[in-house]
Amino acid sequence: MTKPNAVKIHSRDNVVTMLQDVKKGEDILYDNEGTIKSKMDIEAGFKAAVEKIKKGDNIIKYGEIIGRAVQNIELGEEVHLHNVEGLRGRGDKRESDIN
Amino acid sequence: MNDSEIMAYLRPGGGAGIRNYILVLSSVVCANRAVAMIKDRADNEELIAITHQHGCSQGGIDREQTLRTLQGTASHPNVAAVLVVGLGCETIKAERIASKALEKEKPCEILEIQNCGGVAKTVQQGLKIVEDFNRLKSSFEREPVNISEITLGVECGGSDSFSGITANPAVGEAADLLISKNGRVILSEIPEMIGAEHVLAEKCINDEVKDKLLSMVKNFEKKALKAGIDIREANPSPGNKEGGITTLEEKSLGCIYKGGTSQIKQVVDYAESPEKDGLIIMNTPGNDVESMSGMAAGGAQIMAFTTGRGTPAGCAVAPTIKIATNSRLYNNMKNDIDINSGEIIDGKATKKDMGEIIFNKIVKVIEGEKTKSELLGQFDFSINRIGPTF
Repeated sequence: MTKPNAVKIHSRDNVVTMLQDVKKGEDILYDNEGTIKSKMDIEAGFKAAVEKIKKGDNIIKYGEIIGRAVQNIELGEEVHLHNVEGLRGRGDKRESDIN
Repeated sequence: MNDSEIMAYLRPGGGAGIRNYILVLSSVVCANRAVAMIKDRADNEELIAITHQHGCSQGGIDREQTLRTLQGTASHPNVAAVLVVGLGCETIKAERIASKALEKEKPCEILEIQNCGGVAKTVQQGLKIVEDFNRLKSSFEREPVNISEITLGVECGGSDSFSGITANPAVGEAADLLISKNGRVILSEIPEMIGAEHVLAEKCINDEVKDKLLSMVKNFEKKALKAGIDIREANPSPGNKEGGITTLEEKSLGCIYKGGTSQIKQVVDYAESPEKDGLIIMNTPGNDVESMSGMAAGGAQIMAFTTGRGTPAGCAVAPTIKIATNSRLYNNMKNDIDINSGEIIDGKATKKDMGEIIFNKIVKVIEGEKTKSELLGQFDFSINRIGPTF
């Protein structure tokens, strides 16, 4: 594959956004920077991990923290609601927790 | 004409109008039927009828905010003449709404249903007034105006994960272009700054502006917590999540691109008119129609609205240019959407190209080209309430 099918927005990011659908086992090529194997089918617009992410680690996109991993995430695995929690607007936390 | 000049309606009391609308506006929910009947019977495309659920049983800062929104709408530069229809016994009287328009020497009339002798007689008188306005407005002509007179409101609604990659950065490019020509851009939607406020804080002109912005975002988050509301139930919305957005922070970081890279000069309250040019932040909720109604009441004459999931929304008094974040949506909702920034993903355009395409469209719409939402008659209006109804 010569044309990237994913975009890594910032050099610090540990996830990329798929520009096209990818099937399990196919290559994810981002910004001519790197190629990894997709662990699963991932639809365009959804995110894939391009680093091994441990439970509790930050998820970085746009060069900024977008949330935290709630389980270990493998290289090429989809990163979405099932394995990430947001840290802001948490109505399940006490007010003192966000200060 | 040089490239900073546009053709617009210069209003006597100041401001440049890009449309020559006749506005019929309810002061209170009780006047909605009369306003709707005037619209139906006048059969005039250039007549905008605005109704809403408020105007009575309101107090304090909530009443003031509703009043400010209605005043800003009635006195908007895109409005050639305005008829305010009230009941007579409401909290926010029609004459108070009209006062700002009169200050700006805008042709303005008031009717109160109790004084007119009921709805039917109000409609009869209203239709006569609208006819007079129609004759009057045809005497107004466009003339060359500097584009620095333009305030652009930027909005995103029904975001997906491409919003922060295509449409929002492209609108940001267009916003930078307008500001380079001394125009003004309003970025709003405070809950969609949660998690991205530190990026915006770096762009504030001074500590006072920075502190105001940061406390606005923090207060929004705290207010929800105090009320026992989990923002995440509403934001990101189910559609945002189906579009690949995982968290509120991710949505916010993608949202703020649409303001561009300019310095933030001022932070204003909902529906408040900015004093500074350049990039302005306005305190609005993320709800698209409430946000646009606030920016328009604060003086924005035109909106650039990005969408990933697809929404038909358009602002009542400010023509709204809709920009799709991806080609699938654009092809699916072509009658609702003006521009396809999905071409960035398809490799047909760069972000910079797309910024120029959007800017050129803004100029065309300023000079009279109708947007898709205008053609659909999508003139949406909604006021952000900040207090209880009594």
